[in-house]
Formats: sequence, C-alpha cells, structure tokens
Amino acid sequence: MSETVEGRTIAEGVAEGEVLVSPEPISFYGAVDTDTGEFIEADHHLTGETIAGKVLVFPKGKGSTVGSYVIYGLAQEGTGPAAIINHETETIVATGAILGEVPCVDGIEDAVERFEDGDRVRVDATEGTVTLLADD
Amino acid sequence: MPMDLTTDEQALLESDNPAVRKSMELLVRLGDIYGAEEFVEIGSAQASGISYKSIGDPGVEFLEGFAAEGAEVQVQTFANPAGMDIDRWEEMGVDPEFAKQQRRIVGALREMGVTVSFTCTPYLAGNLPGPNEHIAWAESSAVSFANSVVGARTNREGGPSALAAAITGRTPKYGLHLAENRVPTHRIDVDVELQNQADFAALGSWAGRIVEDGRPYFAGVDGATTDELKALGAAMAATGAVAMHFVGGVTTDEEPPTDLETLEFGSAELEAEYGELNSTEDTDLIVFGCPHASVDEIGQVADRLDGESLDRDLWVCASGAVKSQADRMGYTETIEDAGGMVLSDTCNVVAPIEEMGYESTATDSAKAAAYLPGFGEQDVHFDDKLSLLEEAIE
Repeated sequence: MSETVEGRTIAEGVAEGEVLVSPEPISFYGAVDTDTGEFIEADHHLTGETIAGKVLVFPKGKGSTVGSYVIYGLAQEGTGPAAIINHETETIVATGAILGEVPCVDGIEDAVERFEDGDRVRVDATEGTVTLLADD
Repeated sequence: MPMDLTTDEQALLESDNPAVRKSMELLVRLGDIYGAEEFVEIGSAQASGISYKSIGDPGVEFLEGFAAEGAEVQVQTFANPAGMDIDRWEEMGVDPEFAKQQRRIVGALREMGVTVSFTCTPYLAGNLPGPNEHIAWAESSAVSFANSVVGARTNREGGPSALAAAITGRTPKYGLHLAENRVPTHRIDVDVELQNQADFAALGSWAGRIVEDGRPYFAGVDGATTDELKALGAAMAATGAVAMHFVGGVTTDEEPPTDLETLEFGSAELEAEYGELNSTEDTDLIVFGCPHASVDEIGQVADRLDGESLDRDLWVCASGAVKSQADRMGYTETIEDAGGMVLSDTCNVVAPIEEMGYESTATDSAKAAAYLPGFGEQDVHFDDKLSLLEEAIE
C-alpha cells in the first residue's frame, strides 16, 4: 500500500528518491559542499551526510540569502537534492528550487515526523503530492 | 488566487527580452506562492551572491547569461561583497584563477547596470532608503537593518529574486511589504548591561537561534549605536532568519503586544553565548567589519594600534566608500603600519580564507563566528575588538 499526502507546489517537477530528514532548519550557504553535495556545517543534524540525489525533508530554510544560488549551483553540478519537502518554504529556498528546477513541495506540516531516512518517495511537485512507495 | 497584473506588468511577462520575461515569471511564481495580490514598485535593490566563492561557475554563467540576454536594472541596485578586494587581491593572497572568475562576475554586473559597490552595508555607502519605501534587498543583515532601523520595507530576498526585482522595478507585495506583518512575535527581556558591539552580536546570535524567523522585541536595552544595531541584526539573520526586530526605546517607541512569548537574556545567557561562539583561543588572523565597518569602527581600531605592532594578520573590511574616508583620516596608514590591512569590497566570509593558509580566526562578529567554521573551515575566537587587539599587540 502506498499513501499519498497533499501539499503545495513551490517548484514544479517530478522525482523519486530516498528520504533524508533534517528536523532542524537548513542554511544552504556555508553548509553544503557544492562539488560533492556533502553537508559540512558543524554540529548540525545532517553533518557528514550527503544530500546529492536525496529527497531532502526539512522544516524550513534559515540563514544567508545566497542559499538560492547554492541550491541552483548544486542542481547545475548534479550534486543537489532530487526533491525538497518542507513544512514551509521561505523565499530563499523557493527561488533556488525554481531556478534550479528542483521539484519542491511545502505545506506538509508533519513532514519531518512523517518521513524517515531511507523511505522511498515519489514527489510530484507539479500536483503538489508526495507518495510513500512500498518496499519491494 | 493568482496575482492581479497591470497592463504594464502583463507586458513585462510577455516581453521580447528573455531576461525581463524570466525575471517576471520568477516574481509572479513567488507572488502566487506567498499569496501576494499585486506587485509594488521598488525604490532600490541589493543583489547578493556576488562572490565567486559563494556562487561558483554555475553562478558566473548564470549572471553572464542574464546580462547577455539583455538584463538591465531599472532602479538603483547595489552589489554585495565580492570574494576579494577588486584592486588589492594579489596582496591579499588570492589565487589568480579565482580573481579571473571574480572579474567575470564584476563585468556581468556592470553590464546590467548594477552599482559595483561590493558591500553588505549599502546604507553606509550611498544607498539609504526612506521610511516605508518598498525595496528588494538580499543581504540578510542589510535586510534586517533596512526594516528595523530605517523603517523601509523588504522581504529577505534570495540573490536571484532581488536581481529579478531590480530588472522589473517591482516585487510581489507580501510579507514585510504589508504593515500588518511588521509586528513583534517574541519579547526578549534583556537584564544585563551590553558593554560593546560584541555583546550586541552575542545577544543577536542567541536570539536568532531561538526565534528562527520571528520578529523579536527587545526590552531593557538602554540605547544602541548604529554599529551595535548592525551587529545585532546581522547575528540574528545568521543563526536564524530574522528579517526584522524592534529595540524598545531605540528603534521604536511603540509598546509591544502583551501576549507575546517572553524570554530572558541575562548575564548567564550572555556568558554561555560567548562559550557557544568560541572554539579556540589561539588564532592566526583577526577580522573586523562583518557586516562592513563604519568609519567610526575603523577609527577605533586605528586609535588602539597607533604606534603598535601586531603579531598576526588583521583584516578590517569595509565598503570602498567608507575605506576612502578612512584613507583620508589616516586610519588606513596607522592600521597598515601596525601590520594590518584595510580591505574594501570583500570580507572574511566570502573570501577564500581557507585557501590562504589561515586555520583560525578572531572576530567581534557573531555572524562571522556562525559562518566561518563551515564556510571557511576556521576555528573561531569571538570577543570585542579591544580585547582581541590587546591579545595581538606585540
């Protein structure tokens, strides 16, 4: 059985991938190595993880406004997340996701509890839906 | 509800100029997401994401492509700091390849008509909005200062959305462009005397982490200089996403709502925050001017260093506009005679500091202390200017 939750479209597109959850907000600027997609900010829940190709689930963005270019750069380099799921996407992340064409959905209030690391999901950001895919 | 566009705005959306069309598409999309009913014309803009270190090759190509497509700013637009002093990069020890890419960014900005001011403190360098003026600024500390101290109205724009606003001369009217949203969300009772700019920075660093994207009202602050307010706002925008704050009796005379969540900041919190921001005592570089220093701050550093000699490197970062005043006052010469440098256009956060052989940095900026460990691979020593200089004078 797969379950689908509805959110709001931030940046259109469809992607499938493995979930990586950060219960705390993310500042992309200074936190992610664009060459590798590795999360380098110290003392963060994601320290040492790689976000490349993952469906990144976090409550919202924080920190520098250059984050938009970082998300765009990650997308151009192929080291960015496959998709983004937020409780609430603020302008910085939204702009980066739109420019970088990273499918992005928000309005899923319990996303960081609902999804677990390693879950496989399908994000249809054009429709604003996230579907948990059954384990094969 | 999609946004209501005027005939002019519809024409921008259908423009033959691809840069104008793309800019308008992005802004309409953001307006729809955030529930804007209409656009508002802006008086000025400020573009962030200017350093090659921050935006890399994808950013260079994006900006050059945008300029080639015919992007041209319609309002006064200032640029955020670059990754090097545009004139003295060799002296700074910046790699020629980095300098080449940085100059491509400078070229693209000039082509678009962006003022190559290279500062995070446009309000100290000739771009000062008026109260209630709608603007689209993108540097997080400048956003905070403009909303909180000047009373202008801006959201925290991403680098590209501010540029899009500059190119179209407008921004979607939502968030902090609307009076009803410009109110406090938290009250912070400050019951410790803030002695210097670093104390204000530490208060901001603590508050930003707690209120995240809220709008704190500080009670109990006896007064604050422009430089102290600059440090407070910058710190909150680095550890949190604070775009606006209120300092009772300083930036506002209005009483806050009575039903706000209230927090206490006393001497214990202040001391703990210093602990939080410090990871080393032993540093090989001191950096002041994050956000960019005022001429008064540069003067304070020069006064302390007059006739002295430093045992480690010192950068004092400022806008070109402020540095030219420091040059004329003789401050620059005094600081450089003691072994420091006064740099314009850049800062310790956006320069490739880790590639210049530095491993640990001392600063009085909580914003720098928040970013340097991740972005510049630095250990950090945080304290006030005079204490840090004291430790470094031979």
